Amino acid sequence: MAKMTLEQLRELRDSKKMEMTQRDGEEKAARIVIGMGTCGIAAGAKEAFDAFLDELNSHAVKDTRITQTGCMGLCFSEPTVEVIVPGMPRVIYGNVDGKVARRIVREHIIEKSLVSDHIFDKPAADIIK
Amino acid sequence: MAYKNYILVCAGTACESSKGVALYEALEKELKAQGVEAEAQLVKTGCFGFCEQGPIVKILPDESFYVKVGPEHAAQIVSEHIIKGRQVKELLYDKDQTAGSSSDDIGFYQKQQRIVLRNCGVINPEYIDEYIARDGYAALEKVVFDMSADEVIKELTDAGLRGRGGAGFPTGVKWGFTKKAQSDQKYIVCNADEGDPGAYMDRSTCEGDPHSVLEAMTIAGHTVGANQGFIYIRAEYPLAIERLNNAIDQAREYGLLGDNILGSDFSFDIELRLGAGAFVCGEETALLASIEGKRGMPIPRPPFPAVKGLWGKPTVINNVETWANIPMILLKGAAWFSGIGTETTKGTKVFALTGKINNSGLIEVPMGTTLREIIYDIGGGIRGGKKFKAAQTGGPSGGVITEEFLDIPIDYESLQSIGSMMGSGGMIVMDEDDCMIDVTKFYLDFTVDESCGKCAPCRIGGRTNYNILDKISKGQGSLEDLDTLKTLALAMRKASLCGLGQTAPNPVMSTIHYFEDEYLAHINDGTCPAGKCKDLLAYTVVEDKCIGCTACARVCPVNCISGEVKSVHVIDQDQCIKCGQCLTKCKFDAILKG
Repeated sequence: MAKMTLEQLRELRDSKKMEMTQRDGEEKAARIVIGMGTCGIAAGAKEAFDAFLDELNSHAVKDTRITQTGCMGLCFSEPTVEVIVPGMPRVIYGNVDGKVARRIVREHIIEKSLVSDHIFDKPAADIIK
Repeated sequence: MAYKNYILVCAGTACESSKGVALYEALEKELKAQGVEAEAQLVKTGCFGFCEQGPIVKILPDESFYVKVGPEHAAQIVSEHIIKGRQVKELLYDKDQTAGSSSDDIGFYQKQQRIVLRNCGVINPEYIDEYIARDGYAALEKVVFDMSADEVIKELTDAGLRGRGGAGFPTGVKWGFTKKAQSDQKYIVCNADEGDPGAYMDRSTCEGDPHSVLEAMTIAGHTVGANQGFIYIRAEYPLAIERLNNAIDQAREYGLLGDNILGSDFSFDIELRLGAGAFVCGEETALLASIEGKRGMPIPRPPFPAVKGLWGKPTVINNVETWANIPMILLKGAAWFSGIGTETTKGTKVFALTGKINNSGLIEVPMGTTLREIIYDIGGGIRGGKKFKAAQTGGPSGGVITEEFLDIPIDYESLQSIGSMMGSGGMIVMDEDDCMIDVTKFYLDFTVDESCGKCAPCRIGGRTNYNILDKISKGQGSLEDLDTLKTLALAMRKASLCGLGQTAPNPVMSTIHYFEDEYLAHINDGTCPAGKCKDLLAYTVVEDKCIGCTACARVCPVNCISGEVKSVHVIDQDQCIKCGQCLTKCKFDAILKG
């Protein structure tokens, strides 16, 4: 995109905001958000990332997106991953290695049940709403 | 088919010891007995913190938060909550909680408040659009088009924002100085030279939300009349550098950096300057010298950088965490921000919680939160059920906070009054196994190493004090040594040129003050109460307990344990390196440490 004016920036913000709310509300697709700060990567977030991709492919799951984010702050349980499946509560999984990543795809994304032993809590309420 | 409810049972170690396992099994049984296995899924979770109230059960999706739940409550939770959909009132943390309210509303549970870290772990830091969607660059819009420079400064001053690098100087006042200064050129600098051992909040902010720093710096540029910014960041933060550079490129492409920002007549650009990782370069005058390409050595202030900084020009220099606060303050207003925190210190503070704690991590709490809340409610308590001894804040410039101060509300002034400091926010928790002399030696070793050597008090005083501590840790100290430690510490404090030397004796002063008995034990009795100082330790075999299994002899890395099978073993004290492996290996408590 070329350089924006004030109006263009506002338009962009509104449309992106809309996209995000829709994404949280009605969208059918699931989302996997992996914490990829230095801490997460050092603890194996990239391996988890690859395992997610591989497991999704091998089960031919098409409507799930994987994105990255910064540090969620739960350093004692890195790598951390947030999983958002429509109709289910949003949860954060900790200590997600390749094996757990594959379990999340099979149990959470496909069978729609939570994966025991790896759920952690969100650290704080969102101040931007 | 998805479940209607999810019952989350905390299986953290603390909860597990408080009957979490029995509770899990009881719930499992009840779900089956009452025939609702298909309705609710039972899930084990990691520690939620808040362990004093354990075992904890949370039910999703309505987020009911039950505390002190025992196996005897399982039947009721299933029959009432799962089947009839009614909360079990007497188990709720907040008994007055109305139906439908969630644990998000429970102030006591959600101790954290994320302002600086608002986007960390939420957005993709490599896409500017996600930042923009979460009100990103809206504060910049406001500043460029709707607010005068004086209004911006007034807003920051009213908000009560103080520098998060550690010193706590009011940010609005600082900007005011630079704005008033007459000059053809002014600069904006971000201090991302995070050097305290154990602190990583600035790195995480740059990695997780780089645009918040860029936006705030641009706002400062517009406010004080600068058109160039520099981010000074250590080269050992490659990911942060990559994401900042990527963010700068995207902002330039969108016209949020560069000439004529958003079509206005304001131009501003930011470049990165990489530091080699010297601790002293976190001191602002040394940092500026380093940006100029000179050796990073501090110069006496005043003049302060706000008036005479980079290349002699007025320069606003703030820390990453300070910058990240600014867009939110301008968007939500001074009143909102000053409503958080204590009388003298507003807003939140990010701490890197490390050490002997169950849930180490990056946390952000309102100023005025107590250490007890941080350690026990958020951090989940001390690892291995050990006893809390002290928390170290402020890194090599700080001091220790002991148990008696667990309940003081944390802010700049309160920490200073007990001989520690806020510092950049590293918080290292220590338990009964940590020796205070050992810890102090570690910090002094660090500052001696990092001293630039320009002034004598820091260069010589630091080294001498380190040598004395080393002597004490070997059991060779005398009572005079304690006096010398204090005298030198005071001299360093008064006569050192910059903050590094002035604050380097803080760990010494603080530990002597609170743990004098431990120093005396080393000096008078030649013992280390925590069992950490190797020279004061001896491992011996308890004769009547040793059965001669040879396990210790086999694990000893220097082969200094001898003895026949089925006869008492002996440790050769001259050869022993005090690694303690024999103690760990022995199943018969036949090795004595002391």
